[in-house]
Amino acid sequence: MSAQPFLIAAAGLFSIGIYGILVRRNVVMVLLSIELILNAVNINFVVFNAMLGDALLQGQIFTIFIITIAAAEVGIGLAIVLMLFRNRKTANIDEFDLLKW
Amino acid sequence: MEALDIISYFLLLGLLLVSVKVVTTSNVIHAAISLVFTLAITAATFLLLSAEFVALVIVLVYIGAVIVLFLFGIMITRAPLGQNAELDNDKNKSLALVVSLSIFVIFSYVMFNTFDSQIIVTTGTSTELLGEILLSRFVFPFEVVSFVLLAALIGGITLARQDNALVDENQI
Repeated sequence: MSAQPFLIAAAGLFSIGIYGILVRRNVVMVLLSIELILNAVNINFVVFNAMLGDALLQGQIFTIFIITIAAAEVGIGLAIVLMLFRNRKTANIDEFDLLKW
Repeated sequence: MEALDIISYFLLLGLLLVSVKVVTTSNVIHAAISLVFTLAITAATFLLLSAEFVALVIVLVYIGAVIVLFLFGIMITRAPLGQNAELDNDKNKSLALVVSLSIFVIFSYVMFNTFDSQIIVTTGTSTELLGEILLSRFVFPFEVVSFVLLAALIGGITLARQDNALVDENQI
């Protein structure tokens, strides 16, 4: 197998995630797009691990760590969204403009 | 090797199509379900790259737990289920398209030129070696990351807990 299509597909997944972050209004949808970006990074790590034939499998180990951190991030992120929703009665990201004068 | 190439092309094409659906659909539940398919295809790609333990972790952690959390988040914040035209910020759309397309062009240009003739040689199973390495050489980061997970768990509970004193004050 050639490594190129995997890497280009991961780049595509990353830019789709960036598009989602910029265009979505609902905070939960923005978190979904962040998952897409993390997924693109995971694919890159595993592809590079397979490409380099690393004896320590560091790409796969880093992928497992990223998945763990992503799970923690989703838990904290949704807790924050819940608090915001309780206080402001909305989950739309453009209505959280307390710092805008 | 040719058959593997064809399978990988199909998988990657499906991955991109389903992930586009995640960011373009106007139905929040459809977006979450599309993310499930994206992650499932990613797990299949990892199987193709002989990283079967990572594929199983993706299925267990992401599809099993994170998606359920997302669905809870969607339900709790009472996002309008069904079609919802308000989900996208329309005035950002053209700018977001320009930014994401330019990122894609730059990244794929670099990938195209740098990794032109790199070949992946799959080596069969890697789970046994992965377990040995994870619990010997990388045991310190492993413990640190488990501590981070514990801290995130406690932090999440503390943040999302209904503060009864505050609620009473608001109700009076």
